[in-house]
Amino acid sequence: MDYFVQQLINGLTLGSIYGLIAIGYTMVYGIIGMVNFAHGDVFMLAAFIALILFLLLMQVLGGLALGLALVIVLLLGMALTSLWGWVIERLAYRPLRGSFRLAPLISAIGMSIFLSNFVQLVQGPRNKTLEPILSNVLVFPVGEGSVTLAEKQLVIMVVTAALLGVLWYVVRYTSLGRAQRACEQDRKMASLLGVDVDRTVSLTFIIGAMLASVAGLLWMMYYGVVSFSDGFVPGVKAFTAAVLGGIGSLPGAVLGGLLIGLIETFWSAYFTIDYKDVAAFSILAIVLIFLPSGLLGRPDVEKV
Amino acid sequence: MTVPLLEIQDVSAFYGNIQALKGVSLDVNRGEIVTLIGANGAGKSTLMMTVFGSPRARDGEILFEGKPITQLSTHAIARLRIAQSPEGRRIFQRMTVLENLQMGASVDGSAHFEEDLARVTQLFPRLRERLTQRGGTLSGGEQQMLAIARALMSRPKLTLGELNRQGMTIFLVEQNAFHALKLAHRAYVMVNGVITMSGSGRELLARPEIRQAYLEGGRH
Repeated sequence: MDYFVQQLINGLTLGSIYGLIAIGYTMVYGIIGMVNFAHGDVFMLAAFIALILFLLLMQVLGGLALGLALVIVLLLGMALTSLWGWVIERLAYRPLRGSFRLAPLISAIGMSIFLSNFVQLVQGPRNKTLEPILSNVLVFPVGEGSVTLAEKQLVIMVVTAALLGVLWYVVRYTSLGRAQRACEQDRKMASLLGVDVDRTVSLTFIIGAMLASVAGLLWMMYYGVVSFSDGFVPGVKAFTAAVLGGIGSLPGAVLGGLLIGLIETFWSAYFTIDYKDVAAFSILAIVLIFLPSGLLGRPDVEKV
Repeated sequence: MTVPLLEIQDVSAFYGNIQALKGVSLDVNRGEIVTLIGANGAGKSTLMMTVFGSPRARDGEILFEGKPITQLSTHAIARLRIAQSPEGRRIFQRMTVLENLQMGASVDGSAHFEEDLARVTQLFPRLRERLTQRGGTLSGGEQQMLAIARALMSRPKLTLGELNRQGMTIFLVEQNAFHALKLAHRAYVMVNGVITMSGSGRELLARPEIRQAYLEGGRH
């Protein structure tokens, strides 16, 4: 029992990070129907930005103000990463809008290669590590045994939940959220009602990059190691999460992220760790056979 | 003489290589209902969309309140308070009725929102009962009401589409020529991307070629 609960905590932690990345995929897909393959690399870049900012701040502030440093890294990292998200959309995707469908996709793959190579060049190919932070653990008795919850796990879950709350509010109740949903349903009509579609798309990329930035920081904090190639696997997993949940659906992305995190963790815990990715992707394949539009996705056919 | 509200001067527009509009000129004055009639595919809807820059006019000029808008982006044109109530209704199916109306008001900001909401729900009491319902769950007729109400929420100076309401400038694109000509102050007839005839609605209704082409044996 305690083992099970422990794995549940670990799985939810990992799943939270996947979920945050998955939202960036799903929002962009929802609004312009494009898979932003560079999103995983934006996440990787964000982890590097977080690492650099954190090390700088620790120099400046000394070891005293860990919490303050993390908050500054969070905010500054969001700002810098969203700038990247904005520039990428401006340079690589917007000029291709209205071109044939595959063009932005190919451009996204190019951007992904560019970003990982860029980071490899400027930061070097080796893994970068960070001394463990927030590694105090809380111990709870469960059944006959006990379960540990690391501070950083708690931080990850709380930050994720808070961000999802903010995002939900923005999408549901603000004029930006309404414009996003309108563009998602009928871009032409939205522009006829005075919605600046380009601006709305830009803001969508910025929101996606902000969430990826937080995911990057949390990843950095959780594993304490990052490399230029880390955009790929977590990126693909998060994309898988978005597809599993139903691409285009925000709750779907979160649900998919949590599920992928849990599947991976439980598989590693009860079976062999080598096959954890196989397990995650197999479940994706099985779900898609029976529910082609994902768990919470809308079927393509709409009643007219 | 005052400047017309909308002036379309010798406009040509293309879909790819196909020329949909061949030097169309037309104007709409303040407070006027102007209708454009023509067969399916004559270019009526294209002209309506060209006013919004999509497709953009390749030649010619479009002026609104005397200022050229030919090169403005679609949303910027909409923000000049030109509303459109398109044929396929095109309401946002997965947004509530209230949200659809809020979208209509996005041009106007929230300054008059409550007042305008009260006005349109008075006009269409059915919509008031359904404010929290999703657009897609409305019946066809209710969706049509919603499309019109949404257009009205922006306090439009000019409305393009299948609308009729007094005291507003409306540029009506119609398939049902009989209705359109009866309603309109002035009318234009479009054939294959060219304006072939214009005059007052009454005048056109009396013309034998109009009766023959658009009224008799056609849809009334």
